[in-house]
Amino acid sequence: MSVARFWRQQVQRYNLVGNHCRNCDDYYYPPRTTCPFCRRNGEMEEYKFSGKGELVTYTIIHSAAEGFEHQTPYVLGIVKLEEGPRLTSQIIAQPEDVNIGMKVRPVFRKLGESGDKGMLHYGTKFTPA
Amino acid sequence: MSVGIVSYGTYIPKFRIKVEDIAKVWGDNADILSAGLMVNEKSVPDLDEDTVTIAVEAARAAICRSSLDPSRIEAIYTGSESHPYAVKPTSTIVAEAVEATPEMTAADLEFACKAGSAGMQACMGLVQSDMADLGLAIGSDVSQGAPGDALEYTAAAGGAAYIIGNKEEEMVAIIEDTYSFTTDTPDFWRREGMPYPEHGGRFTGEPGYFKHVLGAAKGLMNKLGTSAEDYDYAVFHQPNGKFPSRVAKMLGFSKEKIAPGLVVTRLGNTYSGSCLMGIAATLDQAQPGDRIFATAFGSGAGADAFSFRVTDKIDKIRDKAPRVEELLANPVYMDYAMYAKHKGKIRRA
Repeated sequence: MSVARFWRQQVQRYNLVGNHCRNCDDYYYPPRTTCPFCRRNGEMEEYKFSGKGELVTYTIIHSAAEGFEHQTPYVLGIVKLEEGPRLTSQIIAQPEDVNIGMKVRPVFRKLGESGDKGMLHYGTKFTPA
Repeated sequence: MSVGIVSYGTYIPKFRIKVEDIAKVWGDNADILSAGLMVNEKSVPDLDEDTVTIAVEAARAAICRSSLDPSRIEAIYTGSESHPYAVKPTSTIVAEAVEATPEMTAADLEFACKAGSAGMQACMGLVQSDMADLGLAIGSDVSQGAPGDALEYTAAAGGAAYIIGNKEEEMVAIIEDTYSFTTDTPDFWRREGMPYPEHGGRFTGEPGYFKHVLGAAKGLMNKLGTSAEDYDYAVFHQPNGKFPSRVAKMLGFSKEKIAPGLVVTRLGNTYSGSCLMGIAATLDQAQPGDRIFATAFGSGAGADAFSFRVTDKIDKIRDKAPRVEELLANPVYMDYAMYAKHKGKIRRA
């Protein structure tokens, strides 16, 4: 990932900053420039999510993508935030301790790195609440 | 103008390795080591945890505990001997993650195990001179001990964060004074680019730890006209359990007074977080009016002594963030092979 690309997204990754449409009262993460339902009538505002949510579904990764090989087996899940948006995240827990519907909370972790010389990427993952 | 602790927060990774599991690999006698060091187990970071993530979690706990507006924090200093970047501050990442940016100053500090307390002193200066509203000082480390070295039995991971302010009504503990004692003493070092530190063996004791801790502690007591009897609790840098216990006795503090802050037996040495973690564990159970004496030590070498007086505010905010005892509870134990993987001592080809 390029330095600029991560930097543009770091605030939303660090603090779960998305947005809220005042017109239809829907919430979005990651943030969108326009409301997909209200379009030109949308009134988008920045919104910081609490990070509280529940695990909708998950899988256990045994064959990982490059850069994550040393973390296997790890849990990758879809988290539904209290306000509605769903996002994919690593779940910090032993695979046997994870179940669908469990409450989760955000934690600040290293998301990855651009090789030995590149940037370190930090952001939000989730763990059982 | 008064200066004091407005809030504090801590973070400890959930993983532990027992001294006996390390001793088994290197053919050492675990019973003798545990008894000598007074350390039974130490914390180990998760694969995606480092000094930055620990500093952020501790800082967020401190902000959560006091419910203050993070934009009031106008200075952040993170002390560590394991900053993940050689050039690129840990403190700016923390600042962004706690939403204190951009009208603020930040810098990283390094002074072996006392860089966190040095940050507290820097924040004291800024808030006392009214150059900053609040300062955030953090000690955070994922310290390294070379395989088979004596340090491997204690080098642990964890961090503590302190928000320092100048409004007495906001303080959970007033800092009555601080005093430092510093010399050029090569008891412990790590050269640029080297993965593990070196140390002077027994040289780290008398000319390093004891000379400087006693120098700072006695200096502060002389300055304030106090003695051990004037304090309800005491905390000293804890590279192991033996050194702080011995120095406490030399200064006249009873075992009971250091017991609440002596977390090293179950945590190991969290380096820049070590003394600050002990102060937090003591604040977790101190009562309004109690006085706490603390001395941090960093190899190289220097010591910072502090005298705290706990205020009524402590009872209002103490339970708004996890106590140190809660973070120490329910650890997940790992064997040496998993520990070696977590610490990057073995890497997948």
